[in-house]
Amino acid sequence: MKIHEYQGKELFRKYGVPTPRGILALSPNEAEAAAKQLGTSVVVVKAQIHAGGRGKGGGVKLAKSPAEAKDLAKAMLGMKLKTIQTGPEGQTVHKVYIEEGLGIAQELYLGVTLDRATSRITFMASKEGGVEIEEVAAKHPEKILREAVDPSVGFQDFQGRRLAFGLGLSGPTVNKFVQFCSALYKMYVETDSSLVEVNPLVILKDGGVVALDAKVNFDENALYRHKDLLEYRDLAEEEPRETQAKEYDLAYIALDGNIGCMVNGAGLAMASMDTIKLVGGNPANFLDVGGGASKEKVTAAFKLILADPNVKAVLVNIFGGIMKCDVVAEGIIAAAKDVQLKVPLVVRLEGTNVEKGKELLRTSGLAITPADNLRQAAEKAVAAAK
Amino acid sequence: MSILVNENTKVLCQGITGSAGSFHSKQMLEYGTKLVAGVTPGKGGTDFEGKVPVFNTVTEAVKQTGANTSVIFVPPPFAADSIMEAADSGISLIITITEGIPVNDMVRAKRYLQGKPGVRLIGPNCPGVITPAAKCKIGIMPGHIHKPGRIGVVSRSGTLTYEAVHQLTQLGLGQSTAVGIGGDPVNGTDFIDVLKLFNADPETDAVIMIGEIGGSAEEAAAEYVAREFTKPIAGFIAGQSAPAGKRMGHAGAIISGGKGTASEKIKAMEAAGFLMAPSPTELGTTLQEALKRGAPKKNR
Repeated sequence: MKIHEYQGKELFRKYGVPTPRGILALSPNEAEAAAKQLGTSVVVVKAQIHAGGRGKGGGVKLAKSPAEAKDLAKAMLGMKLKTIQTGPEGQTVHKVYIEEGLGIAQELYLGVTLDRATSRITFMASKEGGVEIEEVAAKHPEKILREAVDPSVGFQDFQGRRLAFGLGLSGPTVNKFVQFCSALYKMYVETDSSLVEVNPLVILKDGGVVALDAKVNFDENALYRHKDLLEYRDLAEEEPRETQAKEYDLAYIALDGNIGCMVNGAGLAMASMDTIKLVGGNPANFLDVGGGASKEKVTAAFKLILADPNVKAVLVNIFGGIMKCDVVAEGIIAAAKDVQLKVPLVVRLEGTNVEKGKELLRTSGLAITPADNLRQAAEKAVAAAK
Repeated sequence: MSILVNENTKVLCQGITGSAGSFHSKQMLEYGTKLVAGVTPGKGGTDFEGKVPVFNTVTEAVKQTGANTSVIFVPPPFAADSIMEAADSGISLIITITEGIPVNDMVRAKRYLQGKPGVRLIGPNCPGVITPAAKCKIGIMPGHIHKPGRIGVVSRSGTLTYEAVHQLTQLGLGQSTAVGIGGDPVNGTDFIDVLKLFNADPETDAVIMIGEIGGSAEEAAAEYVAREFTKPIAGFIAGQSAPAGKRMGHAGAIISGGKGTASEKIKAMEAAGFLMAPSPTELGTTLQEALKRGAPKKNR
């Protein structure tokens, strides 16, 4: 689950990670009042969307007066902000965050996430702050400092010092940086984060260490034990069909093709999309109904696919392991009747109870095109969509 | 032979009285798996299906039945604890089926396992392990699509493993052992571990490895294959058509150093001597081709 910068900073403050003072604004007037209240000669107006690269897209601007902050907020609120992470359609700005201006001496990069290769939570730091960090990682991996944390003892001060001196920090700033990292690790573990990124982390002219940005993602599998964090969820930032899918515990990603897909297992779902592309079609979505899907879940998945007006044909590919083919067939039949299916439906079933499942589909009285394997199913679906 | 499991494997099921645990325990018994014990805290002293004794703790179950392998169906909030319990109770192979375990729980459990040499974890979030010739099915895969034979299968994806096995069986190519290593970011056994076992197994003639986009496990496996693997090997990467778009922050891309795309993986695997299946409908036929072509040549 993703959250906004202002929410991430609220968490930072709770754990003692230093941030600039800031106030959320939902209107130009609120932005003006916030700038006045902060009282610094310069304030920063920052668009709050769940995507990075906001600065380059025009979502982060300096204001030299409360009146200017008001004007900037007016321009940003309601605009479709396009960044390298939003996709071409952009994301609408509903909130801006007004933050005090600070005397910045240096910008750094600090990120914390799981390194799959070592199964350890790993700190990454670099002198090259800002948006070019990925390029640095690809071309000069030696410029990224890493510290893997042993989960049995947690982040250690010596690791913080190694990073600090590696970044060229000196004097009292070193210990401030170490404390910053320790607090960040505590927050990462206690909130079950999956990503915490501070880009940039800034060193102030007075030697202070402050998080100028905060990108925080949480592990969705652990949200059951963090009911308080659920309040941070912002439905306006999510694709409505993806939100609906989550309610039924379905993994759904909307795409721009016209063949709706319902598959069990993420790997087989991707493989089905690959096959559709190979035979000249274009998938409308990725949808994994999961391992132990019930009739209700299959019905919900079906409705979700058909809610997309671009869908001209539906391909169902189920290889039953946990999932029994007859249960899947019952779900398909119930859903097809329920939504009065108007587009062609191609079904490929295989695995546990496959004969029972096929028999149910055959005798259902519905116009279902059966397929014996994945390629045939994809070809039939692509032909039907034309 | 075969790898990981054989006719001497004695299995206990943690979470045997839950809905998934009991359904699949029945299926395992029907297939012929030597399921000797179940563990559900608080239900010790009862039995499952009138033939499998249920214990309160893994220690007790191991002591009474000599079980050496555990299969875990315990719900996600308690699964990491169950893995550590098995590891501390004399179980040498732990196969975790449970999907949705919090990542930080697995980070800690994996660290715990590092202090337990001789204990291997497969999964979590995997279909399990099956050796058809030994009638040993430990997990949730449909047993009837398998056939005893000499092809090794290893995969990150559950249902795509079934697809591969099904295609092989239809071509008359049976399996020595099929292993699902699971798709979670933290797992116990990676491709390389399984490939090493297949490489050393005299009853495995060739291997098919199925990966997917994300992470760098396939690239690492390719490096190993180029260096040491001596048998014909086929491969496939799922997700070639997945759009690059929607991404998290920079950290994910930085940590993997630009690896993880389908084309990167396919390139690395081809260079290492894999014969790559052009589509998921040609998994079986590509393995057949790889068998004809023989083992990848070594440059040194």
